[in-house]
Order: sequence, then structure tokens, then C-alpha cells
Amino acid sequence: MKTLGKLPHWAELVLLPLVNLVAALVLSGVVVKILGESPWAAGKLLLAGSLGTQEGIGYTLYYATNFMFTGLAVAVAFHAGLFNIGGEGQAYIGGLGTGLVALWLGARAPFLLVLPVAVIAGAVFGAAWAFIPAWLQARRGSHIVITTIMFNFIAAALMTYLLVNVLIRPGQQSPETREFGAGAFMPLASEMLAKAGISFSASPLNFAFLLALGAAALVWVLVWRTRWGYALRVAGQNQAAAVYAGISPSRITVQSMLLSGALAGCLGLNELLGSQHRILVDFPGGAGFVGIAVALMGRNHPFGIFLAAVLFGALAQGGSQLSFDMPKINRDMVVVIQGLVILFCGALENVFRSPLAAVLAWFAKKPEAAD
Amino acid sequence: MPSPATEPTAPAAPPSALELRGIDKRFGAVHANRAISFSVARGSIHGLIGENGAGKSTLMNIVYGFHRAEAGEILVRGRRVDIHSPQDAIAAGIGMVHQHFMLVESFTVLENVVLGVERGALLAGSLDHARDELAKLTRDYGLDVPLDTVVSELPVGVQQRVEILKALYRGAEILILDEPTAVLTPQEAGALFKMLGRLRAEGKAVILVTHKLREIMAVTDRVTVMRQGAIVGEVATCNTSPRELAEKMVGRAVLLRVEKTPAHPGAPLLAVRDLEVLDRLGVARVKGVSFDLRAGEIVGVAGVSGNGQSELLEALAGIRAPSRGSITLGGHDLVRERLGPDERRELGLAHVPEDRLRMGVVTGFTAEENAILGYHNRAGYQRGPLLNQAAIRAECEKKMIAHDVRPAVPLLRISAFSGGNQQKLVLAREIDCDPRVLLVGQPTRGVDIGAIEFIHKKLVALRDAGKALMIVSVELDEILGLADRILVMNAGEIVGEVARADATEEKLGLMMAGVREASA
Repeated sequence: MKTLGKLPHWAELVLLPLVNLVAALVLSGVVVKILGESPWAAGKLLLAGSLGTQEGIGYTLYYATNFMFTGLAVAVAFHAGLFNIGGEGQAYIGGLGTGLVALWLGARAPFLLVLPVAVIAGAVFGAAWAFIPAWLQARRGSHIVITTIMFNFIAAALMTYLLVNVLIRPGQQSPETREFGAGAFMPLASEMLAKAGISFSASPLNFAFLLALGAAALVWVLVWRTRWGYALRVAGQNQAAAVYAGISPSRITVQSMLLSGALAGCLGLNELLGSQHRILVDFPGGAGFVGIAVALMGRNHPFGIFLAAVLFGALAQGGSQLSFDMPKINRDMVVVIQGLVILFCGALENVFRSPLAAVLAWFAKKPEAAD
Repeated sequence: MPSPATEPTAPAAPPSALELRGIDKRFGAVHANRAISFSVARGSIHGLIGENGAGKSTLMNIVYGFHRAEAGEILVRGRRVDIHSPQDAIAAGIGMVHQHFMLVESFTVLENVVLGVERGALLAGSLDHARDELAKLTRDYGLDVPLDTVVSELPVGVQQRVEILKALYRGAEILILDEPTAVLTPQEAGALFKMLGRLRAEGKAVILVTHKLREIMAVTDRVTVMRQGAIVGEVATCNTSPRELAEKMVGRAVLLRVEKTPAHPGAPLLAVRDLEVLDRLGVARVKGVSFDLRAGEIVGVAGVSGNGQSELLEALAGIRAPSRGSITLGGHDLVRERLGPDERRELGLAHVPEDRLRMGVVTGFTAEENAILGYHNRAGYQRGPLLNQAAIRAECEKKMIAHDVRPAVPLLRISAFSGGNQQKLVLAREIDCDPRVLLVGQPTRGVDIGAIEFIHKKLVALRDAGKALMIVSVELDEILGLADRILVMNAGEIVGEVARADATEEKLGLMMAGVREASA
């Protein structure tokens, strides 16, 4: 029986992710060095670009909002024992729902009316897209990892078709819809803060950020404080025990995927209503996949997901700043850095576990020895 | 190098087959082995007993190279050896037969024996060589095994012989058997012990790890008792008694027999008629059984594991849908009405599952979360749309104190509790809601002696309170100790029903092997 190093709770939650992050950044620094730039300067640029200015912070949190929705989606499915790789497609289709509502109501209704309808539409469309793989898993045993991946492609093809052939604004080349009416614009953070008398630089950060925080709180309550969440976690951790307890694992599979898809489907609230103000091709831009890394790094806990989403938001924002200021580091290089973070925090998570456990054990022993 | 049997007690004896000196091992805060020194003579069977968590398995895993000791040394035939892995152990002449066999089920016996010790790149040579060797071993030790049969087609007792053959083929002089009789009928166990006797006569050293005192008394020459990671006694078997050994294991006097008065069965509470259960492949695992469970009696279901008891239990509990037949409880036909486990609980049918860790608990959950498993929809645990955390905690604490679950900490993960304490919590969960019928699978599997006594007392108290109990156990002693009436299952059928007063181990053993009651 070989067990991995056992860590105290705090080290498991805080220290280990931190060590992994530092390792990823160190390796990224080596890559930057090889490219002939100073890692130190690059790090400074990254930090300054993402957190150094109000605008940078705004962008960081704006990206983080997307990642929170998709990260929560992955986490809910994970607690039910399912690996939902389909966040990208569910966000895409969910955004379609949100966008259609915005196109329909945006010009003729006030924001307070548009918002709930847009939220519901996004959630329902996202959930519907997740329902098919969920049903196939529950009924036919088709592996959800495979089907959700395939549904990402189907979603992309479907959306391209719709945008090119159906929803495109007449008389233009790029596959996107007309602009939403002003009633479907999310209030920007800068505007809201200005009303409260606080001046904050303009950025796409908008009201959806608060919705994402609300979603995180809701997920926490649902998963850890309700009997549905209890059943979800039982089914996720031990299917035999679920059956024994009278919980139907296939029902949980479907229900949890509906919630998961609904959460991913909310991405359009931030991306479309908050910033783009139209539906356009590939607006999720990989946020569905980043959500997997965010959930992994955030230990599938809403608070951890918030922190990880902010980290990945900072990497996205700081990274684009970096590629702007350091010509040798282009967008792809930024993706490499993100990839290293994912690699160390996700796939190689346990590499530092045993050494860390040994170091902590050594420190723990010391005071004993001194007695 | 088989030599004539040596006297285990000869003066200035040749070095022991295996000697451990000062073995010490910790797992975090747990001191699993404390300065263990013990030796096993050649040509002897040495028993190693202790409760769960006493450190026997850790010690044997150190000897076999799964774990490394932090201090101490291992000597084989007087020579110090460094054992870092099972390969080292095998090279030193140590073989181990695990409780769960390490066989490739789809391979033949011969292929399994050769696996890992093939000679050269082509198999044919290895197989021929092995065939010759095995013929010799088979002759020497009476280990009759069909070499070309696929392992999955062999009965469990024969699979175990394959494991022993594997060890011998690898040149084992010291053979460790971990709970070898857990899966055997009494007759098969008898055959195993006869075989161990042959091995002893050939000068091998056998270490028998078990918690069954009767086996220790029957076959060992010497016995070592462990408690809380340390050796608390070593005696020649002929100079001790089961009572003395049990007291050493537990550290206090224990009752080995269940104390109970005769049963006064009342009305039938659960009636099963012509129940048939199919497995996934459509093979009938339970073939049309019928019986009643009456108020105030304990019905024991005896049988070698895998003869349909598990499927019967799961069909009664609502986990498996039967293909035919009826189960009647409180005026409801559970089969026709398709009632699930939760609805059956509402009707007063509680179930302690056979495999606690697979089904009875969620290992990643805390004790309090596990204490509501299956009852999480009850009104008492709700507060509006949320779960009532305070009530859940208070309820769990109450159960832990009433059922002596230690430590009584609701927030501790269930995996941090010993098997006995886990089982006590599961039992508490299932009986605290006052069921009418209680189904118990393997009441004391992986449970230490102290807790066994407690659990048995609880079960008898339930019976005396007028509940109907059905107990499925592969431990014949447990069935004989608890049951008022015994149903014996073989190949999915109830081959006979015996009142406790008429039951003997031999009789049940024959029935378990499929011999009908005719001769009785």
C-alpha cells in the first residue's frame, strides 16, 4: 500500500498550489530567458499589466468572470463524479440563448427586465446542451468525457452555421449579429462605481462579475448545505453507496450536468452583454477549457475557484500586455505560460507532494527533538 | 533442498527460518510496529494473531517488502537480508499468499505460475520447465491442481492452492498466509490445513496470520499475539487456550460466546416467495427461494461466499431488482410495487450491507455525513431548503455515545475510524430509526473482537425487542452463535433449513458444499 505524502489541511489547500504555481513561473522564466528576454522584466510586466493599474485589474476580473462560470460548471459535475469537458460548447450555446434574448428585448425593454430573461435563457440553453451527453451517459453509458468533447465541435459548427447563414447582420462580411439594444448592456463597473462617487478607469469589467460571485455562493450552498448536494456528493464518491441509500446515480448524472451546463451557459452574460454587445464566432475563446484548469487548481471549491479564476484572469490580461511590450514574446508564448501553470497545478500536482510532506515532517519533528 | 523434518525445539538448533529483530514502523502518528522481535523455526507452523490494527499485516508487509521498517533487521536462515521489494523477499525464499488472490483470472494455472519468472523471451521453454517442476511439487505436497485450466473456472479453494504453488515454484522456504480461510468452506479449510502439515513435514516454515482462534489452536505449533503494534505474548500452542489468547489480544476478559435466551418467534414480518435474481449476464444467482422472517428471531444465512447470499440480501434491500417472485412487508409487495431502498426504509426495513467500505459508507465523508446516509431525506434533518447541520451533528453524537463509537467526533472522516467503529456507526444508523426488519450482511467483517462482542449483544437485544433479523455471514461460528434458525445456501438455492439446536458445523459444512439434507 503506497500512499502519497500526507499533508496537513492548510498545506494541502494553500501551500501545495502555491509551490506548484511558483514552479510553473520559474520554468516560464527559463523559457523567457531562452527567448532572449529578461525573466525578471517579463514578470514585472505581467504583474503590472494585470494588477498594476485600475484598467488592468478591471480586465483581469473581467476575464476571471468567464473563468468562474466555467470553473464552477466543471466543479459541480466533478462533485457528481463526472468530468465535463464540454464547458466550451455549453458556454457557446448558452451565449446563443442570452444573445437571442438580447437581440429580441434589448431595444424595447429596460435592463432590469432583460437581465432575468437573459440569465434564464443562457442557463436553459447551456443546460440543454449538457443534457444530451448527460442523458447518453445515464441511459446508454456513453462516456461523458467523449460526448462532451464531441459536443464542443458540434456547438462550434452549429454556431458558425447560424452566424453565417441565419443571424448575420445583412450586408456585412463578418459572421456576427447586429448590435444589441442598449437595454441588454450590462452596467460596467466603471459606470456603477461612478454613480457611487468612486472613479475607476474604464474596462469591460461589469455587473456579471457580481453574478459570478453569486453563482459561486449558490454552488457552495447547493453542494454542501442541501440534501440534493448531499445526494450529489454521495453519487459522485461512491455509486454503490448511492444506490444503497436510495439515490439514483443516473438521475444525479442528469441533474448535475444540467446545473453544470447552466453555469457554463452564463458566460454570455459577461462576454456578450458585458462587452461584445453582439453574438460573434468563437466568443467563449477557450474559457470553457480554462475552466477545467481553474476548477482543478481551485480544488473544486467555489472559493478556490474564485482565486484560481483571478489568477488565470491575471495571466490572460498580463499576458496580452506582455506580448504587447516584449515583441519576442507573442500570444503563443503567453499560452505556453498558461499551459505550464495548468501542467504544474493540474497534471503534475503530486510531484511536490512527497517532498513537501517530508520537509513539513522535518520541521514538525524539530521542536520535539529540542525538548 | 527438502530435508527431513527438524525438531523445532532441538537444543542449539540451526538458525531459525526467519528472525525479526527490533522491527519498528510508524505511519504518521500511528506506531504500527514497536520493536517487534520474533522468530519462526523451520518445519513449523507459527500463528500470528491480533485484532484489526494490531500491526500483523504491517509486520508481514515489511517481511514481504511492501513496507520498509524504520529500524530493525530481518534474518533469513541466520543471514541478514535487505528487503526492499517483494522481489527481494522472493529471492530470500519468502512467499506470501494474500487474502485477495493475486492471480490473472483469464490465464491458465500454468501461465499464472510462470508469470514474472519466465526464462527467456519465448514462453514455450518456461512453460515446459514449469510443467516439470510443478509435477514434482504437486507430488511432494499433494497440491493437486489442473495446470491447463483457466483460473476463473476454478473454485476458490483451488485458486488458493495455485497461489501456494506460485510461492513454492519461486523457491519459498517461508510461506506467509494472510487470513487463508476467509473464503473457504470448513471442508476446504480442512484440506488446506492438511496441506500445511505436509509443508511443515518438508521443513518449510509457515506463518499463519488469522483472527480465528480455532484455527490457531488446530494447526499451529507456536503462536504470537500482537496488540497495538507490540508483541504481547508468544506461547507454544499446546500450552494455551482460546480464552487466554483472546484476552491477550483484547487486553481484557472477553465473552467468546453470544449469550442469549431461546427465541420466541412471533408473526412473520417479511415473507419471501419464489424469489429469483439474475445477474448482469442473465445467470440466475438466486433460484426461487422462499422463507419468512418472524418477529423476535434471528435467521442466519450460511454459505460459502458467492453462492447467492449477496444477491439475496441486495434484492431484499431493494438494490437489485428480482426477475421473479415476491417480497411482502407490512402489506406491501415490494417487488410488484417496485419500491426502492429509500421507500423500503420508510416501511421499516433497515440494511447493514455486507461490504461496508464499498456500500455502507462514503469514505471521503465525515462520520456525521455518513450517519445520515439513506436517511438524508428525513424531516428531522431538514431546515427549510437546507440540511439542518446542528441536528445532524447532535444526532450523530448521540448515536456515537449510545453505540460506543470511538472517538465520538462527528466531524472526523469515517476513514479515520477503525473497522469496528465504522461498523458500529453503520449499525447505529440502521437501528436507531426503529426498523421492523433488519438485514445484516457480514455483521463483524473486519471488526475487532471487542467490537464483535458489542455488535452481537446489540443484535440479540434487537431480537428480544421483537424485530426480525436476517444475518448473512461467511463465518460459520457467527451464524452458529447468533442464529435461531439457519438457512444454508448453495448455488443460489436454499439447500436446507436447520434449527440452531440441530445444527453442527459438519452438517452445515456438508450442506454448504451442496449436499442436501437427505442424510440428516
